[in-house]
Amino acid sequence: MEPTRVLVGMGTCGIAAGARKVMEAFEKGLEGIEGVELLPTGCVGLCEKEVVAEVQKNGDKTIYGDLTTEKVERLIEEAILGGDVIEEWIAARPEEPILAKQERIVLENCGHINPENMEEYLERGGYKGLEKALKEMSPDQVVEEVKISGLRGRGGGGFPAGLKWQFAREAPGEKKYVVCNADEGDPGAFMDRSIKEGDPHALLEGMLICGYAIGSDEGYIYVRAEYPLAIKRLKIAMQQAEKSGYLGENILGTGFNFKLKIKEGAGAFVCGEETALLASIEGRMGRPRPRPPYPATRGLWNKPTNINNVETYANIPRIISRGGEKFAGIGTEKSTGTKVFALTGKINNTGLIEVPMGISIREIIYDIGGGIPDGREFKAVQIGGPSGGCIPAHLLDLPIDYDSLVESGAIMGSGGLVTMDEETCMVDVAWFFLNFTQKESCGKCTPCREGTKRMLEILERIKAGRGEPEDIEKLKFLGRNIVDTSLCGLGQTAPNPVLSTLRFFEDEYMAHIEEQSCPAGACTDLLRYEIVQEDCKRCSICVKVCPANAISGKPKEKHLINQDLCTKCNACLEKCPFDAIVKK
Amino acid sequence: MAQITVKINGQEVKIDRGKSLLQACEQIGVDVPTLCYHPRVAIAGACRLCMVEDKKSGQLVASCTLEADEGMEIETESPRVVEARKLVLDLLLASHDVDCFACERNGNCRLQDYAYRYEIERTSFPGERREFPLDNQNPFFERDYNRCIQCGLCVRACHEIPQAGAIDFANRGFSSEIATPFNVPLEESTCVFCGMCVELCPVGALVPKLDRFTGRPWELEKVKTTCAYCGVGCQIELNINDGRVVGINGYEDCKPNYGDLCVKGKFGWDYIHHPDRLTSPLIRKEGKLVPATWEEALDYTAQRLKEIKEGFGGEALGGLTSAKCTNEENYLFQKFVRTALATHNIDHCARL
Repeated sequence: MEPTRVLVGMGTCGIAAGARKVMEAFEKGLEGIEGVELLPTGCVGLCEKEVVAEVQKNGDKTIYGDLTTEKVERLIEEAILGGDVIEEWIAARPEEPILAKQERIVLENCGHINPENMEEYLERGGYKGLEKALKEMSPDQVVEEVKISGLRGRGGGGFPAGLKWQFAREAPGEKKYVVCNADEGDPGAFMDRSIKEGDPHALLEGMLICGYAIGSDEGYIYVRAEYPLAIKRLKIAMQQAEKSGYLGENILGTGFNFKLKIKEGAGAFVCGEETALLASIEGRMGRPRPRPPYPATRGLWNKPTNINNVETYANIPRIISRGGEKFAGIGTEKSTGTKVFALTGKINNTGLIEVPMGISIREIIYDIGGGIPDGREFKAVQIGGPSGGCIPAHLLDLPIDYDSLVESGAIMGSGGLVTMDEETCMVDVAWFFLNFTQKESCGKCTPCREGTKRMLEILERIKAGRGEPEDIEKLKFLGRNIVDTSLCGLGQTAPNPVLSTLRFFEDEYMAHIEEQSCPAGACTDLLRYEIVQEDCKRCSICVKVCPANAISGKPKEKHLINQDLCTKCNACLEKCPFDAIVKK
Repeated sequence: MAQITVKINGQEVKIDRGKSLLQACEQIGVDVPTLCYHPRVAIAGACRLCMVEDKKSGQLVASCTLEADEGMEIETESPRVVEARKLVLDLLLASHDVDCFACERNGNCRLQDYAYRYEIERTSFPGERREFPLDNQNPFFERDYNRCIQCGLCVRACHEIPQAGAIDFANRGFSSEIATPFNVPLEESTCVFCGMCVELCPVGALVPKLDRFTGRPWELEKVKTTCAYCGVGCQIELNINDGRVVGINGYEDCKPNYGDLCVKGKFGWDYIHHPDRLTSPLIRKEGKLVPATWEEALDYTAQRLKEIKEGFGGEALGGLTSAKCTNEENYLFQKFVRTALATHNIDHCARL
């Protein structure tokens, strides 16, 4: 009989939610008990339910969520040793839309295997793609297969991966490099981290296949130093692969050599731009250079180089082992396969999801995401991170594919999906993302360094109620020219959050400018907290909680808020037992 | 070399493959404004002022970095181009200390020229400015980064010409600035004070101290000459105002230095008008040095050399020449010593 397996989600997210303590409780509870394997696993994507553990027993898999050390004892007794399923603790059932609407290819192993054990990867078909490529296919056939699959780069631009490989393969030169962009700098994005932490061998295998296809014997994974667990698991995977003959000299006895190195990035967002990334690997300052020449012809140390991101490479083993045709059958005609998204913001089921291309935003938000908390109205979703744009409610049925998104002013980006509700101010959202890109601009070219700063100043003015009607045109003028004239992708997309919120929510900008009011009630400079005297019971709780001493009045006396002192921290409104404080 | 044809403002141009669009424009005298471009250092494509419109794609492209390709058609002053250029200049002026009255480069400043050319009176973005204290600690030049437009020519000059690597960009975004590692004073950095950064700066951010308040660019007369410091024979331009040397630039279009200079050539010219400098020959008479005419001095020298040679033979004489002389002068001097003085006793200070 198969042993019962208990897999505790020990990705960075799980650990942050307390998985280590739960793991220790399991270790203690299962001590001396035979026939049960306790293992760490990567992220299964149910962030909202962390700590999560999967129990694999008699061929059935059950995912339990919201685990605490207190729950471990009952779980061991009833679900692991006993034959019951604890219904009320189940995080998600396979038939529920949250899982049923997903299609897992890249994430198929995440949350189900022990990422530090190569055997588990092998058991689930790991390195079959590499073996097939090396033993049954010519490099040209591999490139062709990737082209057939229709796979487009998952890092943002959506350039066809097969074509990119072909350019690198055809570029003249003895020495070539394979580089993985694992920098993942978008705020709120954690797709690539989960793959690195949950299924590191898939990334290695994808890079190895690429090396064989383009004629390269050396690769670099550029991963941010803020991902220590991902780095650790990648290093373990590399050691195991080398020991087993999948990495290094004469791989699988075929004469193909490939060595791999990890380069830890220092956390500059701009180093996600490929030319800046290459400069950083070379030990130079992480600043972009103009393209062309593209890395395919002049990349790392001026040698032909193929750069893809983690998710792109992780798709490759599946494409080669199962065939490009099969992959192309998923998704839409021009955007094949699946896409992993990090679902965050004002949504019930935050988490990591993988969906077939072409799925509508409505399905993601309402079926998988479970809608907006507290019955509030959906307003928009920011897609593509700081380089992307927002999609408003009237476009909820927009299919998610590269071309539809570009048409609507957003981009696929690397896969951040930030949901916003009626309490989110779109001017504030634009300011947030632009503030990020302005700080992360490398400072090399004028439009990005200076132009985004001036846009930001205008947004700050508008948020503070000091905007002028011509500011709208100024923002559009600056935005258009920064897009047209910036040196690299960071600058060329930096104005997008402003331009796309202006496209769909110009009225909200105008309310700030003309009426000095923030319809969402988010811009604190435009807010005013007041006490409704008819409802106030003079209990003076608000006087005590106010950290700025802005509320006057002793118990049983009239309470008043001094607007000059009020910092709009919301503490009084939260604490008032009689709902006598309002914000306007 | 294979040639290709591109069309610039409707005019066909044949140009060598591998040349940039900017070079194609230069070839037919179309003036495309640039700030971060300089033929002596690597191309950065940073200022974005040289954008031109690609007629086929409708996109703006940086002409300094884009290689010209067969059949390309570009417009260098289309409304789109002019709009983008005006914005770049407007943005640069917003972060620039527009105090042209006090600026040494007034009248010889590319930012000023282009702002005038594109009719920009003042910036339309009066917002935050980067503020830096004036750095005039080193003996040779002032650094006023309130005027810096971050074109990066100084950085590339420093890394590529003397390869000193003393300065680079620091920080990111709007906080980006030019700095030495850890912001140590320039004197404590690897700077060799060759002044190449000063030479290439297109605005008034880097200015030689000796040049300050000595004359406006249009008052200066330029005189080409050879640097008097060593035998390399660097070609320089003296900036002369009212009969006095007030500054020196490298002369760019000529061997051997093509504009490159060292600390002495660039900054060490103040000896020219120094009061201690000898202005006539001196002859020692009864233990005292007495001014003499050149005729008198040469006659006296010739006479004494002759007497010694006749009395004791050529071997009693020797010649020592100087690295401050040109190669030609050194050659002539050894020829003179060997033939006229009849001795091989000739040496040079570079061996000491």
